[in-house]
Amino acid sequence: MSRDLNIKVHHLTRVEGHGNIVVNMKDGVLEKAHLSIVEPPRFFEAMMKGRSFHEAAIITSRICGICSLGHQLTSLVATEDALGLEISEQTRLLRKLLIHGATIQSNVLHAYFLAAPDFLGAGSVFPLIATHKDVVLRALRMKRVANDIGDIVSGRAVHPITPVPGGFTRIPEKAELLEIKRKLLEEALPDGLETVETMKALAGAIPQFERETEYISLKNSEEYAFYEGDIFSSDSGAISVQNYLDVTNEFVVDHSTSKHAKYNRNSYFVGALARWNNNNAQLGEEAHAAAEAMGLKPNCYNSYMNTIAQVVEAVHCILDSVRIIDKLLEDGLKNEKPNQNPTRYGRGIGSNEVPRGILFHDYTYDNKGNIVKANCVIPTGQNLANIDNDMQKLVPEIIDKSKAEITLSLEMLVRAYDPCISCSVHMLEVDFIE
Amino acid sequence: MKPKVAFFDFTSCEGCQLNKLNLENDLLDILKHIDIVEFREAMDDKADFYDIAFIEGSISSPTCVERIHDIRRRSNILVALGSCAVNGGVNAMKNLHPIDEVRETVYGDDKYLFATLPAMAVSSVVKVDYEVRGCPMTQQDFLKLLISLVLGKQPPKYGSPVCVECKLSENECLYNRGMVCLGPITRGGCDAICPSFGQFCTGCRGLLDDPNLDGMLELMTSHGISLDEAKKRMLLYNSNEVQL
Repeated sequence: MSRDLNIKVHHLTRVEGHGNIVVNMKDGVLEKAHLSIVEPPRFFEAMMKGRSFHEAAIITSRICGICSLGHQLTSLVATEDALGLEISEQTRLLRKLLIHGATIQSNVLHAYFLAAPDFLGAGSVFPLIATHKDVVLRALRMKRVANDIGDIVSGRAVHPITPVPGGFTRIPEKAELLEIKRKLLEEALPDGLETVETMKALAGAIPQFERETEYISLKNSEEYAFYEGDIFSSDSGAISVQNYLDVTNEFVVDHSTSKHAKYNRNSYFVGALARWNNNNAQLGEEAHAAAEAMGLKPNCYNSYMNTIAQVVEAVHCILDSVRIIDKLLEDGLKNEKPNQNPTRYGRGIGSNEVPRGILFHDYTYDNKGNIVKANCVIPTGQNLANIDNDMQKLVPEIIDKSKAEITLSLEMLVRAYDPCISCSVHMLEVDFIE
Repeated sequence: MKPKVAFFDFTSCEGCQLNKLNLENDLLDILKHIDIVEFREAMDDKADFYDIAFIEGSISSPTCVERIHDIRRRSNILVALGSCAVNGGVNAMKNLHPIDEVRETVYGDDKYLFATLPAMAVSSVVKVDYEVRGCPMTQQDFLKLLISLVLGKQPPKYGSPVCVECKLSENECLYNRGMVCLGPITRGGCDAICPSFGQFCTGCRGLLDDPNLDGMLELMTSHGISLDEAKKRMLLYNSNEVQL
């Protein structure tokens, strides 16, 4: 079909940060279909120079409010790797609990507040308060329990306080953990299962679209990986986190102030769907039941289903948080002080799965414990090339639809990746050439 | 009529905006008293005029300058939300280094490809009527200001240092525990949340009106850190305010 089409969505809404969707088609030939990133640069790598290891995580947490816990913990792992700081099993468990809290909060926020309005034909969550009040209240309750984990274990959910190199400045009390456990079991779990029912009912509005790509996530032999592991590619298998630069291969494109990434192909996918595709065998019965109910199968190639994978993960994280709390209490809470005595100086790399995908922090310290060099590779940056590839396959497939429908499909596609644009431009700006 | 309220993000992490969405227990009550007419992070709608515009983030590019002037012209009350907007926050650390060096660190050979400005407070560019400090701003502080504005009252001001609230919280002084803390020169209003959780104050709410900076440096260096390190700590959130 020969058709001219020009779409420009300026400052796409209901995503974190500033991005534009640009599509040009002339006489039925697609000339351009991509997500432009137009967020101002932050220069974090430059700001980190000369800063003490005590401050590194405080600063990098400010790359992004939504992902602050993920940046903070990944920064701590990189610092501990560089300075040879061992951490205790209790620290490891508390960090995993924090990641679960942040993942539940972020996935619920995205599924209900950012993505669901599209499924219901609304422009935001606010009109849904009148029409679907019970659903909105449920979303708020789930977010609250998730944020309680952050508030209690880390001092506050946005820009956490207590996680520092080598451990925690404050250990939660038994009664506090028991209260979180009670809320997880009595409120969050039933709400999570209700969420599955709601999303199942809305799943019909999720576009049918498939494009198989390379899926990259952490993987470890113990559990569905969020904290610690090797990098795993669905194309080529495991590779050590120490070699992350061989995977990310960042490159500059002229339509984005954030760099793109590629490994075995010209783009790859990170985030909940990549974790699901690579690691779903390590999820429990409840998460698998949730996935099945919502139509998410192992090896799903529909990027829009990322939102559904996030809901599956929320169910998993709620249950696994209870397991972690039980383990902490069974072992007995110890009032440990953080281990902040460096045993070496040099380069260290940290990697965790944060809600939007695999994150890398890479620091080099001098022998005073000050940063000489810093590099952070962000999930959203890694996804940008894949988003563009999806758009370029999608537009010709739906070209018979109206411009408004095509625009909505593209907006929903970008939102499905749950992009975090502030993060992705933490360092780079290039001229925007049209 | 309910006031028309809008939220805008500039160079920042958007954590202050997120903190509003984290007011889960109060959000529906808040919405009974205000109309949110623009909030790009959460909704599609846009408006021409705002009774109250909340601004998050620093001004750090020519585009930011144009945008903030446009918003100011269309706003009755304009509020700076969080450290980045109030005084430049952590973004302003880049201002400490020669701009050429900053560009080169990040862009290498492409350093002249783009336009950038020093990271500035919103009040360096347009008139700011009120401010909510902190990194992130606290939900309670934000609510107090919002309630005051909706009721037409003057919002609370914080003139005493974090140390006062820290004492009221009955915390042991972190200097006694071998840490170096910015509580003595930092504006309070946070209930000393970081010291209460065992972590030093980073100075995120900015300086007091008349801080004793020399005394602060002396205290810090007498507790075992170098003068150079003490200055860096002080500049973390105050790069635009402290001349050392």
